[in-house]
Amino acid sequence: MATIAKTNHASLRTLPGDDFRQIMWRFAGRYDLQMIVQSSRQVARGPVARLVAAGARNTHDWTPEKASLLEAFDEAGITAAFMDPHQGGFIEGPKNLALALIAFELAWVDAGAATGSLAGCLALAPIHERGTSEQRDYYLSKCAPPQPGENRKPWRGAFALTEPIPYVGVETGLLNGKVRVVAWEEGKEPLLEVTKRGRFITNMGFANFVTAAVDSADERFKGSCMIILEESDPGSWDRGTPTRKLVHQLSSTSDPVLQVRVPASRIIGGYSIRNGQIVPKYTHGEIIDAVFSHTRVTVGLMTSAKLLSAVEPVLRYQRGRFRGGEAVAPGTPRYELGLQQRADSVHRLVDVWATGEASASLGFAAARIFDVLDPLEKRKDEIFAQRGVEGARAQLKALMRVEKDALELLQDGEHSARYSQLQQDELVQFLIASSLANVLCPACKLWNTGYGATMMREAVSLMGGYGITEDCPGFLGHKWMDSQLEATYEGPEAVQRRQLTLTMTNSVFLAQFHEWIREMREIGSTHPATGACTLASAMQMWLWTLNHLQKTADADGVKLYHGTRQGVTFPLADSLCWLLASRQFILDVLELEAYGPDHPAVAEGLEGTVRFYTDLAHVQVARAAGELGRICASLVFGYMRHPVWESCNCYQSDELIELESMIPGICSCAVDVVDAEGAHPAKAGPCAKADGLEAFTRLRTRLDCCLTGSQLAKDRAAEALTRVMIPEALDYPA
Amino acid sequence: MPQFQIVVCGSIVPDPLQTLEPVTGPAGPSLKNELMLPAVLDPWAGHALYEAANLARNHPGSKVYLVSAAPKAKLQQVMMTVGQKAPFELVAIDASASGFTEAADVAALLAGAIAAIPGLDRSRLLVFGGWESASRGAGVTMQMVGERLGIAEQFLAVDQLTVGEDGTLEVLERIEGGSHQISSCQGAPAVFGWATGNLPEPRNNPQVGMQNMRAIMPALQKAKPASTGVPSFVSVSLPKQQRETRVVKDLTPDEVAREIVAWIGEN
Ligand SMILES: Cc1cc2nc3c(=O)[nH]c(=O)nc-3n(C[C@H](O)[C@H](O)[C@H](O)COP(=O)(O)OP(=O)(O)OC[C@H]3O[C@@H](n4cnc5c(N)ncnc54)[C@H](O)[C@@H]3O)c2cc1C
Repeated sequence: MATIAKTNHASLRTLPGDDFRQIMWRFAGRYDLQMIVQSSRQVARGPVARLVAAGARNTHDWTPEKASLLEAFDEAGITAAFMDPHQGGFIEGPKNLALALIAFELAWVDAGAATGSLAGCLALAPIHERGTSEQRDYYLSKCAPPQPGENRKPWRGAFALTEPIPYVGVETGLLNGKVRVVAWEEGKEPLLEVTKRGRFITNMGFANFVTAAVDSADERFKGSCMIILEESDPGSWDRGTPTRKLVHQLSSTSDPVLQVRVPASRIIGGYSIRNGQIVPKYTHGEIIDAVFSHTRVTVGLMTSAKLLSAVEPVLRYQRGRFRGGEAVAPGTPRYELGLQQRADSVHRLVDVWATGEASASLGFAAARIFDVLDPLEKRKDEIFAQRGVEGARAQLKALMRVEKDALELLQDGEHSARYSQLQQDELVQFLIASSLANVLCPACKLWNTGYGATMMREAVSLMGGYGITEDCPGFLGHKWMDSQLEATYEGPEAVQRRQLTLTMTNSVFLAQFHEWIREMREIGSTHPATGACTLASAMQMWLWTLNHLQKTADADGVKLYHGTRQGVTFPLADSLCWLLASRQFILDVLELEAYGPDHPAVAEGLEGTVRFYTDLAHVQVARAAGELGRICASLVFGYMRHPVWESCNCYQSDELIELESMIPGICSCAVDVVDAEGAHPAKAGPCAKADGLEAFTRLRTRLDCCLTGSQLAKDRAAEALTRVMIPEALDYPA
Repeated sequence: MPQFQIVVCGSIVPDPLQTLEPVTGPAGPSLKNELMLPAVLDPWAGHALYEAANLARNHPGSKVYLVSAAPKAKLQQVMMTVGQKAPFELVAIDASASGFTEAADVAALLAGAIAAIPGLDRSRLLVFGGWESASRGAGVTMQMVGERLGIAEQFLAVDQLTVGEDGTLEVLERIEGGSHQISSCQGAPAVFGWATGNLPEPRNNPQVGMQNMRAIMPALQKAKPASTGVPSFVSVSLPKQQRETRVVKDLTPDEVAREIVAWIGEN
């Protein structure tokens, strides 16, 4: 009855533990991060899980039980992970990977808890990214949890951008929040009045301060800004009623109405006075770009965590499905394997797992690139300040000159006469890292959450009816629904696609992408089982399609690749994400293979784990290649008009009969034939031809052939799932 | 007020939620995939460590050492959690932490490592450990450590230790029949095999973690490999009762007790 072939290769022995993850996600050498992972996990699988199991998600209100999580976060170091040591934190340097790991651990159990902690960072992020150093030190220190012996309550913040309809949502320019000058004595700090209505503002149920996006309603104030409002400021501070969310109920969300007076020193980043006007250093748009470019990565990783967290409960459910019945004796395949006797159950779990891995790989790569980028960005600002390059526009212009250098480094590599000089040039390094970050961040927010939500549904379905009950081990039903919020807040999918439309065509990014194709082919030659070579073919197809669409018009002569043509740009953005996730997954598997032997705890089961991961990567690549083929073909052919019989240059039937005497067999080959009366075969029209698109059809055929072996990989991965040893019980309650 | 050097002997055990399946390999018995299973601090050693940290906090100038014989890669993972709980200095020995090792060999390793701690002052030395281990309830290791160090004052199954102003020690030990025995001792050096003690797990403190790690990581790096003998086992098997782990909620203690009694009756 078993439908899965048995093999005797080394295979996955246990579910991969921390030792494996640390290597794959590149923090094996960072004990600060390993500690924060452990302490976040204890909070997630302890107090957070107990609250969910006790039904705390069943109310929209901000309850004392939910509030107790904030203290648990403080104690675990989760709150302080955002701060620098001199502000009360404990992690030196950039903290993107740290925050990503925290979000991952919390969302493993409940993404609402992750959101609660993340929103505190989000509130501080405008100050952290663009605040003056006084603002940074003041607010970050206020929010740092008290040290032992200190008697103070840490401040909590909320980030208020979104406004009630018809104002700010995806379109962040439609600001209704206002700032006006109420008093401005000569030589003194101006006093401002801020009115801000928010919608869906996380942490608002308890926030002591809010970083709000507002626009000028006063000719003495120029443009928009972000500004800090405190609950003790004179005016009114209405937190609003709780949002009736279907998801993330362990976080507090409401629609506040705030009207307060604040000194101008609260303008984030400071201001100058020019021609009698208060001119903020940064517009709200500049600040939110800087903020979201970082914080969206952590959201993407929440969905990855949930997919990976689903593996163990599903395995246990599948194995134990028929145990306990009189007719099913221990030792029989039905007893031991349960639902895993059925290939489809295991195959679908392979898909869930592969998606989880690929999205986690992508998300952590994105987090790491921001850790590289942040110090480079500071250096860039210092260099420009030394050179007197001021303002965003002037910087952009200056960077355009650096672009040539970056391209020379990427394209000529060691052959460039200036190789080592370019390699050490911090502006070149900045440009390369930022071109990557600008793609990886929206890609992981978009793909991890959007496709992740689809795959979370798949995970739920594997648990049958149990999956959509509150009792489902691992809270899979909640996790599925929650994914939709991850796809929505901090900018829904459309926002990410819009950003990718711009950033994926950046020449510095594309130069790297070119190089990646070569890299994947090389990996393909040493590690064919990863599917890297297939991925290279898919990447080549993406690049070909992008080039083609950029210089082609549709049947009506309208340009195809254009910011307003979302039907073209958005699917192409989606398809890129598949490639990026698969590539990063393969690289992480290679990392494990390369460095695993140095770690005794990993070395023991390394061969089997690498083999399993290799198969999983191959499965993911095949899925990505399928998407690529579908999307690219529909874009390349979909904007041409189908030929019609009326304008057809078809064979006439009598003409064919004559030709048959010279070219025997031609009658049976010709499809589009019109007879003497003008009648034609019953179909939509003459078949569309790929004239001029032969290069594409060759790529497409090649890509189809490249799928060779991918289903065998899936069978092997599925078999591994029938054998892998799992714990006796989940380590958090249901 | 007395100041102590408190040396806690404690190692790691597989996470109890894992499937623990004895297998026999070329080097003797072990647990299936043992090195790959996540590990935790042995709970008995954990009680000892938290009691030690508390004692040290209440006696400023005292210092806590954790002496641990375990595979160092696994020990390092466990330190990421335990290292955030209390200030201590780690002395690591890269050796097996399996439940199938010879207790006398383990005791020799631990005693050797304790004796080699620089600046060890026997007049202030309290040696703590678990009265048994979750991986092997031999219940003899701490006594042998004491004997090797020449410390004759030994207390087993300790639940409470009270220190007088003059450094005298009052010890509450579990004895048979569910009773406790109170003993007193003039002072250090002494050995204590802890039962559960009275303290909850300390609150997490990442700052302490960062502080500890600066010394823990080098200690792990320089941990010397050591081997322990494996006694010969005639046979190794799981307890006869089938393990049925369930996570339950909303059950009263009475109901839980009734269910356990009924379950024992079945076997
Ligand atoms: C639980 C929760 C917590 C939140 N927390 C916060 C918070 O703390 N702070 C905060 O400021 N906000 C917060 N938000 C708001 C969230 O960021 C917004 O809901 C989100 O950005 C989308 O805005 P919107 O709901 O107005 O959607 P809309 O702007 O109405 O967009 C709806 C849909 O229309 C389409 N669309 C819109 N514009 C475009 C376009 N240009 N191109 C293509 N398609 C488009 C897309 O399909 C989009 O998904 C939260 C939301 C929720 C639900």
